[in-house]
Amino acid sequence: MELHQLTIHELQELLSRKETSALEITQSIFTRIHAVDDQVRAFITLTEEEALANAREIDKQGEYGRIAGIPLGVKDIFCTRGVKTTCASRILENFVPTYDSTAAGRLFAEKGILAGKLNMDEFAMGSSTEQSAFFPTCNPWNLSRVPGGSSGGSAAAVAADEVPFALGTDTGGSIRQPASFCGVVGLKPTYGRVSRWGVIAYASSLDQVGTFAKDVRDCALVMNIISGKDPLDSTCVDLPVPDYSASLDGNVKGMKIAYPREYFQPGIDSHVQDAIKKALLKYEEMGAVVNEVSLPHSEYALPAYYLVATAEASANLARYDGVRYGLRDFEAANVIDMFSRSRAEGFGAEVKRRIMLGSYALSSGYYDAYYLKALKVRRLIADDFSKVFANFDLIVSPTAPTVAFNIGEQIGDPLTLYMNDILTVPINMAGLPAMSIPCGFHEGMPVGMQLIGPAFGESTLFKAAFAFEQNTDFHTFRPALEVK
Amino acid sequence: MALTIKEVEYVAKLARLQLNEDEKQIFAEQLSSILKYVEKLNELPTDGVEPLAHILPVYNVFRADEIRPGTPREEILANAPLVEDGQYKVPKIM
Repeated sequence: MELHQLTIHELQELLSRKETSALEITQSIFTRIHAVDDQVRAFITLTEEEALANAREIDKQGEYGRIAGIPLGVKDIFCTRGVKTTCASRILENFVPTYDSTAAGRLFAEKGILAGKLNMDEFAMGSSTEQSAFFPTCNPWNLSRVPGGSSGGSAAAVAADEVPFALGTDTGGSIRQPASFCGVVGLKPTYGRVSRWGVIAYASSLDQVGTFAKDVRDCALVMNIISGKDPLDSTCVDLPVPDYSASLDGNVKGMKIAYPREYFQPGIDSHVQDAIKKALLKYEEMGAVVNEVSLPHSEYALPAYYLVATAEASANLARYDGVRYGLRDFEAANVIDMFSRSRAEGFGAEVKRRIMLGSYALSSGYYDAYYLKALKVRRLIADDFSKVFANFDLIVSPTAPTVAFNIGEQIGDPLTLYMNDILTVPINMAGLPAMSIPCGFHEGMPVGMQLIGPAFGESTLFKAAFAFEQNTDFHTFRPALEVK
Repeated sequence: MALTIKEVEYVAKLARLQLNEDEKQIFAEQLSSILKYVEKLNELPTDGVEPLAHILPVYNVFRADEIRPGTPREEILANAPLVEDGQYKVPKIM
């Protein structure tokens, strides 16, 4: 095994035994990036020089622990001090933040080394990373397929061994669906578990920061660092953060697992369903109790989501007006024209579409019919989950309806593309934690299983995910990329 | 519900988005089909259901009003498209 192939905990062990250095690891990572990223195209910006200097400094100090000396990637939605943060949009193409987002900053404070900023759908709006204003990212398992989205660059980079772990964000599935498509572990924590400060906002009541990793142990390690109260984000909850690594005991005996019948419908690829059903049998073998349940309002989650998310987006994205930062149109004669023309030039089609939908849903005369109605439905969806969690520890489902589709296949039809999120969106509407872990293959592409927990039940997710990982080998497979 | 070009123009004005004629046509079609889809919500009776805007109880968060270091003005203005005398400059408003 080469250094770039290893997990955080494997690298940390080598570091603590003085068998490698942060510099060697970082060099190995960049050698890998230069060898494969022409094909995968996961990165928007590389920070190689700073990373190598950083690694040398850490080696000089010689103290390792947690993620010290380990390179990482960050979705280009997280503000990074002095490093261009584009949100994969023309409107922020040259934006250089003056501060670090809390989540990324906590990783840097632990001496994690930034390798670069990762591609995404513009403003996190999309399910394939084809909506990046710059270029699409390819799925490392098959370069003609999408990596999923919106955090497609993060998922692809981890799957391609370009970084051991990466940060992402998830508003309607943007961590879990790409994790599923790329065969890696991806966690969206409970709303309020991780600070959103310094994360460019899409839909503030749904957005949550999370992480991609090669295995469950690494995911827990990163969550231990980024979770917890932040005075700069008033929605970040002041609840103690349990040691997630402590729940990795591999024991699911007596754990009550539910699978919702609405998540196993004809619209969900039968091969994907089979993989999840096999995984459920595995859980039974391991001593868990598995039962079917109903989440009756599931089919209403997606339409409600597209109203809530776009309404919030239309307000959040009002700040891009060409005044204080970002692209400006210099031809406009007055300030209103300047706003309208700058935004027209700076935003891509999907972003405009969602701003339009959200503005419409909030406009006078339509607010009650659309936005308020969606918020009421949101309550019903959240209640569905509460009822199940009164009797169960965990809900299991497919993460996405299919394996990764071909680049270009769905880009022409917004509604078809939106359907990718049908199994992940309800969880954001209810604010719950959920994780995608690899559980099979179809057509040579990874299948992801979604584990859903009650609010602040991340430990249960880690426990169940780790037990599955210990008893299967899906997480050990890596795509065979041609090395240049 | 089908959106007319006129309605698209009105919403674009609200959203401060200049659209060309092709975009107006495409958005009228696409937004109409998305709205038709979201109208599925009307199948659900929701009388008496309390709207859920935030999943957690949200409280005001207070802190002591103390002077702390901020970001230097020059650093912030470095991202601005047009600056004069340490301030943002925009075209005339009136």
